[in-house]
Amino acid sequence: MSDLAAPAAPRVPPRLLALGAGAAALGLLALLPLLNLLPAGSALAVSDFTVAVTGKWICYAVLALGIGLAWGQAGILSLGHGAFFALGGYAMGMHLMRLIGPRGVYGHPVLPDFMVFLGYRELPWYWLGFEHLPYAILMAMLVPGLLAFVVGYLSFRSRITGVYFSIITQAMTYALMLAFFRNDMGFGGNNGFTDFKELLGMPLNTRGARAALFYAALLLLGGSLLLCRHLTRTKLGAVLVAVRDAESRVRFLGYSVTAFKLTVFVLSAVLAGLAGALYVPLVGIINPGEFAPTNSIEAVIWVAVGGRASLVGAVLGAFSVNALKTWLTSFAPDLWLFALGGLFVAVTVLLPRGLVGLFQGRTR
Amino acid sequence: MKGPTLYLDGVSVVFDGFRALNSLSLVVDPGELRAVIGPNGAGKTTMMDVITGKTRPTAGTVRFGDHDLTRLDEARIANLGIGRKFQKPTVFDALTVARNLELALKAPRDPWSCLRWVLADEARRRIAAVLEEIGLAARADEPAAILSHGQRQWLEIGMLLIQDPDLLLVDEPVAGMTDQETEHTAALLRRIAGERSVVVVEHDLEFVRALGSKVTVLHEGALLSEGSIDTVQNDPRVIEVYLGR
Repeated sequence: MSDLAAPAAPRVPPRLLALGAGAAALGLLALLPLLNLLPAGSALAVSDFTVAVTGKWICYAVLALGIGLAWGQAGILSLGHGAFFALGGYAMGMHLMRLIGPRGVYGHPVLPDFMVFLGYRELPWYWLGFEHLPYAILMAMLVPGLLAFVVGYLSFRSRITGVYFSIITQAMTYALMLAFFRNDMGFGGNNGFTDFKELLGMPLNTRGARAALFYAALLLLGGSLLLCRHLTRTKLGAVLVAVRDAESRVRFLGYSVTAFKLTVFVLSAVLAGLAGALYVPLVGIINPGEFAPTNSIEAVIWVAVGGRASLVGAVLGAFSVNALKTWLTSFAPDLWLFALGGLFVAVTVLLPRGLVGLFQGRTR
Repeated sequence: MKGPTLYLDGVSVVFDGFRALNSLSLVVDPGELRAVIGPNGAGKTTMMDVITGKTRPTAGTVRFGDHDLTRLDEARIANLGIGRKFQKPTVFDALTVARNLELALKAPRDPWSCLRWVLADEARRRIAAVLEEIGLAARADEPAAILSHGQRQWLEIGMLLIQDPDLLLVDEPVAGMTDQETEHTAALLRRIAGERSVVVVEHDLEFVRALGSKVTVLHEGALLSEGSIDTVQNDPRVIEVYLGR
């Protein structure tokens, strides 16, 4: 009797629990570069490879977050977010190329190697300013944001939605890939940019630089998560959900659906651009392959696997699918695409809410 | 009485050769309550679509006060003070009942204002008052998805009220309601008309009678008869196409 009357144990609100779990996960990640300092024989030692590859995943997670924000919250399925990621990457790549200075193979004081090779006499106008890091970062946000604005404005204004919009974004990234493959674009053609030397005075390819980039990426991920989380809780977030579920009803309430979709699409492109900008110094290369349509599709699969309805789901998906990819491609690289396709089918059929659905219990 | 006059003159809508509206003219005065009836396919919903900017008329004039509605999109028209309730109630399932009302509440509609929006006491009171009015106060924090059909109708009516429009267009508001709820709705519409204009499209003649308003009968996209419910019910043309069957 007294057992029945006893109040239930004080339950931690699930929201707080999720926040705690997220903070703990980010905290654990933050330990990786420190464990990297341990001697190689130590039980907890983490290899350079692990730090580099995890740093890469963190950038992917930011990209996934951007996709999750547009798709999960506002119902805009972009199959071209890889393009925004790659553009951000190119902006940072241009900065890194400028920092090489006279250390290139041809030793030209200003021009990157590929320009010397192609017979450029001077820096094209659109390369000016990239010697400054803040300018490069600004461009890594501005260029993807502007492209998203133009593509979004033309599509949303004409009420192009659903799969038709997805096809347009897919075509966008394909067109950019073809453009960046051309030598006369001034972006290094199919070789892209590589052989970077330093960033902010730190020689790249050292433990310290890797750790610094790793923490920068982690900071970006944490900041973006907080920003997106805040956004989804405001009335703006509620309008986005309303647009996702009943777009025309929102119009009859007097909201300009175009403006709201544009806002979230541009923001999500900017996040993708920043993620790309941090990705390039971590992996040391950027080339037009990053624009490949399959990259964008793969990123959407991360989000679907993690659970598109929640921001954490997108991040979780990016980490888990990429972990699987790294593990699987280390011994059976040919199987990867089959595994990815199978995973997508399995999640769609068995776990429509993605991995986070496993933790959410049975509530709607 | 407030708000401008709604004025339709010679409005035609042609879809692939089918005349959904055929030179329809209609004037709704500020504060007027008007019922629109007619058999299926008479053009009632098309008329609402034209007024709210969902459909562009092929010919004719649609004005709300000084504004030419044929040139504006749905959102602009809504912001002029024209609210619409759909035949099939459409509420935002994933949001709570209170949040649905909060989105409808009259306030700046641009993304930036929505980002910075704080639910002030005044707004809270408005939402609480409407929740009371529509009988959903106890369900304020539940997702709209779990509401019954009748409750969804009420929520949508609440969203209209809180929008504070000058003209309400209400498409079949009592479908799926109990008799008691139907009476309540009629009383509510009678009360809010006067402060604003209300146009009700309805099949239920008892309900139309309870509204006690001027009635417009549409047939094949054109005006067939207009007057009190008794006048139109005794109009031989109306009897022939609609009531007599």
